[in-house]
Amino acid sequence: MTTQAGGTGGPAAEGTEGTEGRVYNVAGGDWDEVVQALQDGADPEDTEHLVVNMGPQHPSTHGVLRLVLTLNGETVTELRPVIGYLHTGIEKSMEFRTWTQGVTFCTRADYLSPIFNETVYCLAVEKLLGVEAEIPERASILRVMMMELNRIASHMTAIGTFGLELGATTVFLYAVRERERILDLFELITGLRMNHAYVRPGGVSQDLPRGALDAIREFLGRMPHQLAELRSLMDANPLYLGRTKNVAYLDLAGCMALGVTGPLLRGTGLPWDLRKSQPYCGYETYDFEVPTQGTCDAYGRYLVRMAECDESLKIIEQASDRLAGPRPEHDPVMISDPKIGWPAKLALGGDGLGNSPDHIAHIMGQSMEALIHHFKLVTEGFRVPVGQVYTAVESPRGELGCHAVSDGGTRPYRAHFRDPSFTNLQAVAAMAEGGMIADVIPAVASIDPVMGGVDR
Amino acid sequence: MSENPPPNGAEPDEAALAGQERLNEQVVRTGMFGTQTTGDTSGYGGLQVRRPPPPFTPRPYGSYFDEIADALSTRLEAEGSGFDEAVERVIVDRGELTLHVRREHLVTVARQLRDEPSLAFELCGGVSGVHYLADVGRELHAVYHLVSITHNRRLRLEVSVPDADPHVPSLVSVYPTCNWHERETWDFFGIVFDGHPGLTRIEMPDDWKGHPQRKDYPLGGIPVEYRGATVPPPDERRSYS
Repeated sequence: MTTQAGGTGGPAAEGTEGTEGRVYNVAGGDWDEVVQALQDGADPEDTEHLVVNMGPQHPSTHGVLRLVLTLNGETVTELRPVIGYLHTGIEKSMEFRTWTQGVTFCTRADYLSPIFNETVYCLAVEKLLGVEAEIPERASILRVMMMELNRIASHMTAIGTFGLELGATTVFLYAVRERERILDLFELITGLRMNHAYVRPGGVSQDLPRGALDAIREFLGRMPHQLAELRSLMDANPLYLGRTKNVAYLDLAGCMALGVTGPLLRGTGLPWDLRKSQPYCGYETYDFEVPTQGTCDAYGRYLVRMAECDESLKIIEQASDRLAGPRPEHDPVMISDPKIGWPAKLALGGDGLGNSPDHIAHIMGQSMEALIHHFKLVTEGFRVPVGQVYTAVESPRGELGCHAVSDGGTRPYRAHFRDPSFTNLQAVAAMAEGGMIADVIPAVASIDPVMGGVDR
Repeated sequence: MSENPPPNGAEPDEAALAGQERLNEQVVRTGMFGTQTTGDTSGYGGLQVRRPPPPFTPRPYGSYFDEIADALSTRLEAEGSGFDEAVERVIVDRGELTLHVRREHLVTVARQLRDEPSLAFELCGGVSGVHYLADVGRELHAVYHLVSITHNRRLRLEVSVPDADPHVPSLVSVYPTCNWHERETWDFFGIVFDGHPGLTRIEMPDDWKGHPQRKDYPLGGIPVEYRGATVPPPDERRSYS
C-alpha cells in the first residue's frame, strides 16, 4: 500500500487500486481521513511506504529540483531526482548566433559561476581557431582573477544556503553579504552583477576601470577576516557537525563511477584539480594549494570549499599584483588579430557608456580596413575552421567542459556543456538512499547543484 | 569513407587512392554561386563539388596518443577483436585524439580503456550528441570524453550511426555516469542507447514530440516588435554560414 503526498487524483481517503496495492493520494488537510482509512483497511505490513514529492518549488532544493522520495518511516528507500524544469535551450540557441554572441547565452547556464561558463566556451573557440598562443597575457590574468573571485562568490552561496537549509540563518546572511561584495566588484569591472559576457573569444571585453584594483585590494584586506568569522560559526558548531559529519557518504570509487568531480572528489582525498593537473589561462604560474579532506562526507566538502576560498584569495592577490605592475606600452586585453578581435571599445562619455570616440574617429576617419573589419565582425562574425574540440576548466562545482563543433561557418554548429552540477546530481541517490530523510537536505546541499547549469 | 581505410603508411599510390576516394563521395553542390537558372555566366555551370572524404590521421600520432593506440590494440587483440576492426578511424586534431569506434565494439573498447592499467580512463565526461545533417548514413554522432586521472590524459570516443537506425549500445555498465548523459542525448537527438536501465526523457516533458537539438528541428520563436520595426525570430534572420 502506497501513500502519495502531493499527488493528483480522486478523493483523498477513498484510495484507488494501483499495481502495488491500494494507493492513497494526500492533497492536504485530509491526513486524519487517510490514517483512518489505513487503520480500517488492510494488512499493516503493507502500509509502510510513503511516496513524497519534494519540490520542484521547495526552498531547500536549490532552485527547481524535484526529488521523489519513497519513505519507510523516516528512512529513504528510494530517491529519484527529476530535473528539466529550468531547461531553456541554451545550447540550441547558441547555434543560431555568432561565435561571439554565444558568450551571452552560455553565461546564463550556471548562473552562480558565469565567468567559468564564459571562459570554458572562449577557450574552446580559441582552440578551434588555433589562436591560444596569441591571447594577450593581460587578458589571461584578468580571466584568472575574475574566475577566482567568482569561485569565492559561488562557494559563499553554497555555504550560505547550506547553513540556511539546516536552519542557520546567520550563516546565510554572513555568506551572502560577502558574495554581495564580490558582485559589487563584478559590477565595477564588467558593468553587470551577473550575465556578464565579460570573457570574449580572443580576450576580455574591457580592461579594468579606474579604481578597480583599489577595490580588489580593499576586498582582499577584509575577506580573510570574514572567512574566519564564517568558520567560527560553522567549523565546530555541534548542531552543524551533527547534521553533516558522516552524512551523505560517497567514496572515491563512487565518485569515479558517477563521474563526480570538484569539491566532492577532493573531499575523498584525491587532489584532482584541473588548475593544477591540466592548467589553462596560465594557472601553472600561480602559487596555490589544492585542499583535500579524506572524510567523504558533507562536512569534508564544506571544509574543502572553505579552504578553496583561502586559496582563491592567494591567486587573486597574485593576479592583482601582476595587473598593478609596470605596464608595457602596448598591452591589450583583446587579441590583436583584426579578423577575430572584437573591434569596438566602450568609453564613458557625457551621455553615458557608448562607443569610444577614439574608435569611431579611427574607423570613420583614418582606416578603411578598420571600418570593414568592424562591420564584418559585428554583422557576420568570424569564421571558425572545421573541427571539434573539448576544453575543461575547474569550476566551483567540478570539471566544466565545453564540446564545441564548427562546420566552418560563423556560428557554432554545436556547443555542448558538460556541466558538473548535472553530473554530480546523479550521485544524490547514492548518497541519500538508506539514510534518514533529514539527511537528504545536507546531501543535496553538499553537492551544490545549480539548476541553471543542470538544465541549461 | 570506403570500407577499408588505407593502411597507415607504405602505400605506394596514396594520392591516387585519395583521389578515387574523393570521387566516390556524394555531390554536395553543383555550379558556381548557387544559381539554378541561366543567370550563371561564369562558365562553372558544370562544376561538381563533392563532399570531402572524412579525414584520418596516419601514424605516428604524436604525443602520448601512440601509447594509447598500442595499449588498446594489445588489449583488443587479446579480446579477439582487432584494433582496426573496432576502431574505424583515428583523428588527431588540435592536440586531441579521437577514436571513431564502430558501435558494436563500443562497450568492449570502453571497458578496455577503463580496466587496462596502462590506459586507466577512470572518468567519463558523459555523452555529447551531434547531428551532422549532411553526413548521409552517419548523421548522428555520440561523442564521449574520457579522462585518465592516473596518467593525466584525455581521449575522445566517437560513434556515428545512421538516422534510420539510431542505436548505440549503452555505456552505463562501464561508466554509470553515462546514465543521465545518455538520457539527455536520447532526449535531444533521438539516439537510442540499447541496454540503458531507463531511457526516458530528462530535460523535456515526458510527452514531448520530437528531439529538439536535431538540426531538422526548428528553433522556433516569434517576431519581436520594437518601436514600430519588426525583428524576425533568430532562425529566420540573415545567416552567413
